[in-house]
Amino acid sequence: MKKSVLLGAVAVAGLTAAAASAATLDDVKARGSLNCGVSSGLTGFSEPDANGVWQGFDVAVCRAIGAAVLEDPTAVEFVPLTTQVRFTALSSGEIDILSRNTTWTFSRDTDLNLNFIGVNYYDGQGFMVPKELGVTSAKDLDGATVCIQTGTTTELNLADFFRSNNINYEPVPIETNAEAQQQYLAGACDVYTTDASGLAATRATFEDPSAHVILPEIISKEPLGPVVRHGDDNWMDIARWTLNALIAAEELGVTSANVEELAAAPTNNPEINRLLGTEGDLGAMIGLDKQWAVRAIAAGGNYGEIFERNIGESTPIGLARGLNAQWTEGGLMYAPPFR
Amino acid sequence: MTTQSDPPKRNGFRLSQLIYDTRYRSITLQVIALLLIGGGLFWLYSNTVTNLAAQGKDFRLDFLWKRAGYDINQQLIPYTSNDTHIRAAAVGMFNTLLVALLGCVFATILGIVFGVLRLSKNFMASRLAAVYVEGFRNVPLLLWIVAIFAIVTEATHQPRDFKTGDASMLFNESVAITNRGTFIPSPIFGAGWELLAIVAVLAIGAAIWLRKWSIKRQAATGESPMPIWLGIVLVIAAILLVYSLQAGLMFALLSIIKVAIIVAIAVIGYRVAKTFVPNVLAALIAAALIILWQYFIAGPFWGMFGFQPAFDPSVTFDYPELGGFNFSGGLQIRNSLIALLLALSLYTGAFIAEIVRAGILSVSKGQSEAAFALGLRANRTMSLVILPQAMRVIIPPLISQFLNLTKNSSLAIAIGYMDIRSTLGGITVNQTGRELEGILLTGMFYLILSLLISAGMNWFNNSVKLKER
Ligand SMILES: N[C@@H](CCC(=O)N[C@@H](CS)C(=O)NCC(=O)O)C(=O)O
Repeated sequence: MKKSVLLGAVAVAGLTAAAASAATLDDVKARGSLNCGVSSGLTGFSEPDANGVWQGFDVAVCRAIGAAVLEDPTAVEFVPLTTQVRFTALSSGEIDILSRNTTWTFSRDTDLNLNFIGVNYYDGQGFMVPKELGVTSAKDLDGATVCIQTGTTTELNLADFFRSNNINYEPVPIETNAEAQQQYLAGACDVYTTDASGLAATRATFEDPSAHVILPEIISKEPLGPVVRHGDDNWMDIARWTLNALIAAEELGVTSANVEELAAAPTNNPEINRLLGTEGDLGAMIGLDKQWAVRAIAAGGNYGEIFERNIGESTPIGLARGLNAQWTEGGLMYAPPFR
Repeated sequence: MTTQSDPPKRNGFRLSQLIYDTRYRSITLQVIALLLIGGGLFWLYSNTVTNLAAQGKDFRLDFLWKRAGYDINQQLIPYTSNDTHIRAAAVGMFNTLLVALLGCVFATILGIVFGVLRLSKNFMASRLAAVYVEGFRNVPLLLWIVAIFAIVTEATHQPRDFKTGDASMLFNESVAITNRGTFIPSPIFGAGWELLAIVAVLAIGAAIWLRKWSIKRQAATGESPMPIWLGIVLVIAAILLVYSLQAGLMFALLSIIKVAIIVAIAVIGYRVAKTFVPNVLAALIAAALIILWQYFIAGPFWGMFGFQPAFDPSVTFDYPELGGFNFSGGLQIRNSLIALLLALSLYTGAFIAEIVRAGILSVSKGQSEAAFALGLRANRTMSLVILPQAMRVIIPPLISQFLNLTKNSSLAIAIGYMDIRSTLGGITVNQTGRELEGILLTGMFYLILSLLISAGMNWFNNSVKLKER
């Protein structure tokens, strides 16, 4: 594996994989930190706060995994990535997991040799326009100039939507959300399009959010989820079941406030007991200890808590749970059984 | 040349001779170097193959023929999202060629102007040139690109402002400068434009021939050659004449009369005024008379006749017009192109200015002194004596500047200009996950383009270098 060190210098993308492909868990433990790829800054999803500490909905997934694996939610190195370089960074081994509002698609899952470990946000692509334009439907956008982030599903959906509706547009390709925001506010494009959650997050940072409307049309399905690379099933299991643990915890009423207490002694709900390791030893099956899920939940709370704290209705972003409610509440969040 | 002495007795070949015998040493070293390089390449290759296999990836190019699915804003050849990745790459390639070609032209012009200015005896001019050169040469290109892009998008109005009257179009409602780009009229080629094209080609050919002939005549008779501006005027006049004849006979006649009146006003005004005031003032008076006629009198005057000849030209213009969201019609020169082009040509121009300066300084002072002694004026000395000799010093480094500019155009990615790096090496790579293939192909494109440019420039160099007779 020594070979690959020099190869990095050749700078041909994706050549350094060998070093990282086999046992990610061992690598992470040896390193003492988890390398987590996040977006380069999207309020509520991943953004450093005033103290330089990364916060957000996507960040929380990595913190939970860091807590489960390394017993320390702060032992996570966050690597900000643009949409264009994110998959290369993952397959080259620069990061261990990508948690960056990434849409689960067939070709990414197969042809790009990635594994989506689940969905942490069910989304769809929307459009945002300044209110003063008086546009009420995406079908009225004939001739509009549209800001899009390149290397996304967004730009493909957009092309399909406008072509199938027989309307013209002028795409303005952009690298990051921050740049798109600046171009949009300067009026260099009439419309900004991306995942509806991203639009809400972007709008929340505007000086006058009420001057902008998000159009009713949602033109695609964007199931967003964390991603790992092919070739390490154990690592995939750890990531997948940590996410599931957060979702199950909400369903079972386990929160960051009561998790210690519930984990102290077996309760009379066997599913909670298995999840928190007071009964059986699920942790051992994925190469971790009994307490892994307790730490993951304690790190930032269960799925519902993470949602509410970062992007929920009490935050400026103000997203309703909608599709992302628990299945028991009419949503799509449904963790397979812990047994 | 060898010294004649007894050749050393050959008593067989010893292995140590490979190192100690100067006859063999260089060969030995070359063989070792070859082995090392070959080994290194093989090692790189096998590593690539192993690592790709470890990632479950193979090396294939068939993705190029799959549907691209994304749109590109600036297209020199038709393209839709239904076309293939290879066509998207071609669109990007032409965009790269466009900005590289225009950039090289502008950079050369800037370089010559500022290179000469920097040597000027005029303090202001030479300081100005120095500020330009040092300012652009010493700040990274990427910063200039981003800064100029920010200026052209922030300092201009959005199309909406043209509706509310906060901004207005220039040049008789034909040009709009917005934060999305500059919209200018675009030509529409109607029936009969081919004739116009043929006339243009013939006129240019004739002008070149005339110029060459007049230079020969100068060698024979000493009469000075036809000035270049006269050639340009002749070409334009020929094209305009055919254009208006095509538009209608009456229209053509009327146009000729109109032009003749203006020329007459200018000539007579100048002649008459000259008898009272100095020449410069006379020229100003003539210009004022033309403006007075053209803007205040001509309209009512021709209106009196109430005669509008039919006008149906072969080439018409499509003017930009404010539509729902944006201007439509005309030609949109996007801000990404403007910013990239400006930054590339200003930056490279600064380097070329230094090359030009060095070239001029390399011509010995005696040359210009001799030229002055012969009575040549400063600008003729420059264009006839100094520059031709400076050329052989200027051209070789100029080639590398052109190559630099071409490759630097890949910084387009920073401002969303859709060059080949952004299409093939960017979106295509990202959507298909074929990093190695995409980046290699993009690299190969730049390699081939660079080789072509240097081949072309070397040919040019050979044709201008001093011919020893
Ligand atoms: N879900 C889409 C789009 C992802 C995307 O473009 N996200 C944007 C906005 S929701 C983003 O993360 N921007 C932050 C950044 O630029 O770093 C995909 O996976 O292709």
